[in-house]
Parts: sequence; structure tokens; C-alpha cells
Amino acid sequence: MSNTRRSLWFWPLLAFTIVVCAFLIVPVGMSMLAGVTRNYFIGIDSGLTLEWVIKVWTDYRHTILLSIQIALACLVWTLLLGVPAAYALARANNAATRVIEELLVMPVAIPGLATALALIVTFGNWGGFRRSWLIILVGHVLFTLPFMVRSVLAVLASIDLKSLEEGARSLGASFTQRFFGIVLPNCRAGIVAGSLMVVTLSIGEFNMTLLLHTPLTPTLPVGLADAYASLRLEVGSAYTLIFFVIIIPLLIALQWASQPVNLARSALQRRVPSTP
Amino acid sequence: MSGIPIQVSRCGKTFDDGTRALEPIDLEIAAGETIVLLGPSGCGKTTTLRIIAGLESPDSGGQVFFDGADVTPVPIEKRNVGMVFQSYALFPNMSVAGNVEYGLKVRGMPASQRTARVKEMLAMMHIEPLAQRQIDQLSGGQRQRVALARAIATRPRVLLLDEPLTALDAKLRDSLRLEIDRLLRSLNITTVYVTHDQAEAMALGDRIAVMENGRIAQIGSPQDIYCAPASSFVADFIGTMNRISGEVHGNTLRFTGGIIPLGADSVGATEVMFRPEDVQLVPAAIANFSGKVVSSFFLGDHTRLVIDAGDGQWVTVRAQQRAPFVSGESVHCAIEPGAILKVTEIVTSP
Repeated sequence: MSNTRRSLWFWPLLAFTIVVCAFLIVPVGMSMLAGVTRNYFIGIDSGLTLEWVIKVWTDYRHTILLSIQIALACLVWTLLLGVPAAYALARANNAATRVIEELLVMPVAIPGLATALALIVTFGNWGGFRRSWLIILVGHVLFTLPFMVRSVLAVLASIDLKSLEEGARSLGASFTQRFFGIVLPNCRAGIVAGSLMVVTLSIGEFNMTLLLHTPLTPTLPVGLADAYASLRLEVGSAYTLIFFVIIIPLLIALQWASQPVNLARSALQRRVPSTP
Repeated sequence: MSGIPIQVSRCGKTFDDGTRALEPIDLEIAAGETIVLLGPSGCGKTTTLRIIAGLESPDSGGQVFFDGADVTPVPIEKRNVGMVFQSYALFPNMSVAGNVEYGLKVRGMPASQRTARVKEMLAMMHIEPLAQRQIDQLSGGQRQRVALARAIATRPRVLLLDEPLTALDAKLRDSLRLEIDRLLRSLNITTVYVTHDQAEAMALGDRIAVMENGRIAQIGSPQDIYCAPASSFVADFIGTMNRISGEVHGNTLRFTGGIIPLGADSVGATEVMFRPEDVQLVPAAIANFSGKVVSSFFLGDHTRLVIDAGDGQWVTVRAQQRAPFVSGESVHCAIEPGAILKVTEIVTSP
């Protein structure tokens, strides 16, 4: 590589790439920086402070904890529903399962606001349920389930599931023994990738949650919108900073988990465009 | 570990989409016997194996007996069979030792006994150094050994092998074939072996069942199948078979290339068959027929000649001569008198 002559285009292309990256990354950096600046309108000269971060943690801690709580509950439900669903779809693998597979992505294709509205229309009169965080959870499960199913299905499609199960059966393994001893361990990569995707999407979900939350159940993104709209810019930015601290390790883990089996590629190919 | 007799009675198979994979067949397999199901793809051999295994259930009326007991409704999990799959079906989430141990584990065998048995199996298949390897670190031949070790670790009553050598290259196939043969003889276990490779079938089978279109075309020892094929399908499927047709004159068959004497078995036939190795190259005076060399392949221990014996009737000859042949050269052939077979089409019972 080192002795290959770089083409004439190398430098212009590199410059272009850097400009595009800067265009995307600088606002993020500016926002994070704003969160630790004493006075954003004066600029960085006003000095750095953790005051805003502490203020956000004091005032909005409950939204952060609720988001984590919903994300984890959402993960449990998508695992319980999604993994067996993916297994059943992989096992049957006929025209009907392909229709079901497409139908599963509907909640992703439909705008979150519309799904939320549908949930409110249906469950609006279930007072206790409507007022609790559980209605948010239901919305999140609907939205993230396809990502779990598709991620696991991609792995199941790449291994010879039928032969593996027949092999286990010939050795005397019951259904439970082979499901937990053979099927689950062999789609671990898909489960890990799907889990990280579900948690990331759930923590960041705003469209649906905006309609589904009540003043008593604001999640992190809802609180963030509130902070930007009604408080100093620095507070909103500090909030963003905290959000990044939570989400970036998850994104890195997601990237890492998808590497060994090239899950990233298959998951991307099978994913539909996300909601606006 | 000693085998049990298997009886397959009136087992047919029609799939959900209406495809008839297997006509109702009967098959008796003696205890400790190795039977090879041989045939082209789609002949029903794998379906038969899967019915014996319990992976498919026969159409109603079909029954499978193990040691006299009806096991038709028993699923494979409870049949105590060992099975080797064409794709090996090794578990990628376990090491070699883990794979071999799996069947013992699900049976609830104590850990100390399991370790000893796994060790014994790995030694038997000469793969002890691979015990801790992952499956994706193994070559095809090594995977096959692991699959065999795993299948026999549970001391099954029946061993079922579905094209176990198909995925391997020719050289490896030969050496593993020897190994499987040694294994089957030493275990003395009832074995059903499915293959489309006639050399494998001849080498391993005590008996061979040649299958065609969901039926058993012929069943018998390798010698029976080779020397007395029951139909032209069987004759063509096993080894190379020459066919000559002509006009009957008394007890001879006349065609453009010459005259073939008809023996007691083949009297009155207008078409006969014979094997390439039963043809000798001889001086013109004592030849049965003559022809011109179309092509010749020097194969080291013999030369394979294709001769045009007139009217486009081509004959393959196994010649011992090492000197090269020239295309178009005239050669003269004599056929061993006992080697001439009459072409009979199999009569399929309704």
C-alpha cells in the first residue's frame, strides 16, 4: 500500500470528506461544549463549568432514569417476543412468514406520531394504563420489535438451522434442550446486536413518546426538548452531553458486536428507512 | 454395541405439495448388516433413510420396526439412532469434545463417565489432538470424523449415514471410506448408508439396494448387482455397461461390427450388455467384432478405449496394452462368453 502512488483525486477527496465530517460533527461538539460553558453568548472566554450538568442531573434525573427503565423493560419484552418469533419465522420459512416479516416493520415505516395516536385512541380510556409509563413501553416495544426480529432472523438464516436441530434430535435432545443448548447460543450474535439496537432506539425515541408521555412520565428526549424550549441554551446542551455519555458507549458496543459476523451489513440491508 | 434388525414395511412418502417421493417399499435389514441405499438424486434414498431415522413419518399404512418393535410413532429423539448428515450438522457453539459429549449430556450421563467416553470416541476416530478446537477451525475430513464420533458416542442401536463423504475431495473420500469400513466392521452395528457413488456402495455395503423413482430396482450383494443387474437401469448405474443391438440369427446376434454369440441366458435377445473388462483385444481371426478407435484414455494401470463398432454403436473397452492407440485405428475384440447379459427391463409390480 505504502508505495502505491496516490491518485490525483486523493487530496480533493480527502478535503471533501473532512468538510462533510466537520459539517456533521462540529454542531455536536459545539453543543457539548456549550453544555460546559459558563455563558454561551459570551463564548468560551466566560470560562468552563459543570454547573449546568449538575443542574440537569438535579432537575431532570428522573427523566434519565425513566428512559433507562423503559429501555431495559423494552429489551426484556423484545427478547421474550422477538427471539421466539424470529425462530418460528426461520423454521416455517414460507410465503406466509415473508408477509408477516414485512408486516412486522410497519411500526417502523409508519410515523411514530401516528402509532402513538392510534395507541391513545385505543387505550385513552384505560385511565391507569394511559397515565402510567407502561403505555410508553408498549409504544417502544412496537417500534423496536422488528429490529430484534430481523437481527436474529438474519443470523438464523445464515446458519443451517434445520440440520443443526435434526442433529440434536438424533442425539436425543428434547425441544427445550435444543432450543436453549443449540438454537439460542448459535444466534447469540444476532441477539446481542438486536439488544443494543433496541436499547439505543428506545432511549432516543421522541416522536411517539412526545404524545404518549404525561407530565409525570417525561423521558430523556422529552425532557431535552423541554429544556431547549424553556430554559437556557446551556442547560439543554448540558442535557445533550449527558445523553451522549449514555448513548455513545452503547453505539460503540453495537458497532463492536456487529463486526465479527458482519451483522451490520445484513441488518442494514434488511432495515427499512427510519421514521422522519 | 451390537446391532438390531430393522424392518421397513409398506413405507411410502407423499409430501404436502403432492410429490410422491417414495412408493410403498419393503426392506429387511439384518442385525449388524450394512445396507447401502444407492441411486441418483430424487430416487427416494434419503427419504427412506429419514423414515428409518424418524425424521419423516411414512404415509399411513407404512411401518418401521426396530428389533421387532413398531417404532413408527416414535420420534427420532427416542429411537436411539446415530446419524451423520451430509452437512455434518456439527454445533458451531461447541468444541469438538463438546459436540461428541452432547448426546451423552442430554441423556444425563454423569460427567466422569462422559469424559471417559468422549476420550474413547476421539481416540477411535484419531482426533484426540483436536478435542478443544472449534468447529470452524476444522477441515472437511476432520469434521466428518467428529460427526462420526458424535453419532456413535451414545452407543446407538442403528447408525444412519446420509451421503457422509459427498462434500469431500476424492483422495480424502477414499481414506475415510476405508476408515468407515473398519469402524462398521469393528462396531458390528446395523447401518444404513445413503450414497449416489457406486464405488462407495460397492466398498461398504453387505448388500446394496439400488433405487429408482421411489422404488427399489434391485437389492443384493455387490457381486449380484454388478454381475447380474436386474434391469438396464441398474446395469447403467453401476459401473460402465456396453450395449449392442442387432438381429438374432440362431444363437447369435448379428450387427455391423460382427457377431456376438448368445449363451443360454441370453438366447433370443435383440440387445445385449457386457462390461468393458470382459472385452479382450485379439487378432482379427478369433474376434467377435471389429471397430475403429474413437478415443483412448491412458489411465496408468489400463487404457480406456472407445470403439465405434459400426452404425454408431460405441463400445468401451478396458485394454491392458500400454502402447498408444491412434484414432481411427482398427481393433478386434472378443467377449468372454459368460459375460454377455440380456437386456431386460424391470417389471414394476402394481
